[in-house]
Amino acid sequence: MTSETFSIDPQSAVGHVFPSQRAFVEPRRLKFFLETIGETNPVYHDTRAAREAGYRDIPIPPTYLFCLQSLDNPGPPAVLELLGVDIGRILHGEQKFAFHHPACVGDELVFTTRIRDISNKKGGALTMIAQAIRVDNGHDQHVADIVSTIVVRNPPHTAGATQ
Amino acid sequence: MNHCPAGPTSLTVGEIPVNRHFDPITRHELALYCGASGDHNPIHVDIDFARSSGFPDVFAHGMFIMARLGVALNEVFPPSSVREFGVRFTAITQVGAGITCQGRVTAIEIVDGEQRARLEMTARDQDGDIKLKGEAVVAFDPQGEQE
Repeated sequence: MTSETFSIDPQSAVGHVFPSQRAFVEPRRLKFFLETIGETNPVYHDTRAAREAGYRDIPIPPTYLFCLQSLDNPGPPAVLELLGVDIGRILHGEQKFAFHHPACVGDELVFTTRIRDISNKKGGALTMIAQAIRVDNGHDQHVADIVSTIVVRNPPHTAGATQ
Repeated sequence: MNHCPAGPTSLTVGEIPVNRHFDPITRHELALYCGASGDHNPIHVDIDFARSSGFPDVFAHGMFIMARLGVALNEVFPPSSVREFGVRFTAITQVGAGITCQGRVTAIEIVDGEQRARLEMTARDQDGDIKLKGEAVVAFDPQGEQE
């Protein structure tokens, strides 16, 4: 059933750990992101305001960890390549962050991604892929745990898709 | 508690401390978000690709809406107070959607010696349709001071 929609049996990929990825919190790139999302809070823009609030440097907004991994590791997410899924078939299903230590401008972060769970929904029309991502910084701190779930839209069985 | 420099010092279950409306989403913003976020999936910026993937038009990155939900959250709760933040993307957000971001207190609890609030977070469009729904956990005594 899955041979038409994935290049390997998805269940065989559960537990797979991808090679760690690094990302750098670059200040001008962060500023572009802040302007794009309409974030004007001084703590994100002014080093002095950030230090007065107790940070080492300007912190990143809560969802930016997700972006950093993509920014410094361009191309489609590795999981799509592993499973043979075209990017046009995916939607974002869920995104969760648990924060343990702040990430700040100048930090070099390490992302370790593991496929946590893969399950079908709607009679196999959709496949949910949940990845658990651990983020550490260069100060021996566990920065965050992320769970990111993508939804793969599978071609209808009646179409006899070959791709 | 009186040294809490930002953010509410008291909250009650049921109140909606997070409440912010954003102007309708433009195609230009989606192009900027594509570059700023590193999410280069063409489905959000290239109408030809979106159509070939079975959609009538491009649509917003879910994470763009979640980022705005985060802006609304941080307007009330400082970044250092956010312990957890998660959402389900319940529906696609179309170009032109005017999004209202809200956070409603569902519980007050003490965890690891600090007072925390659970907020039900939602992003709705101008018709009231829920696009994102989830939860944020915030400390509202971030210094963890004892009484």
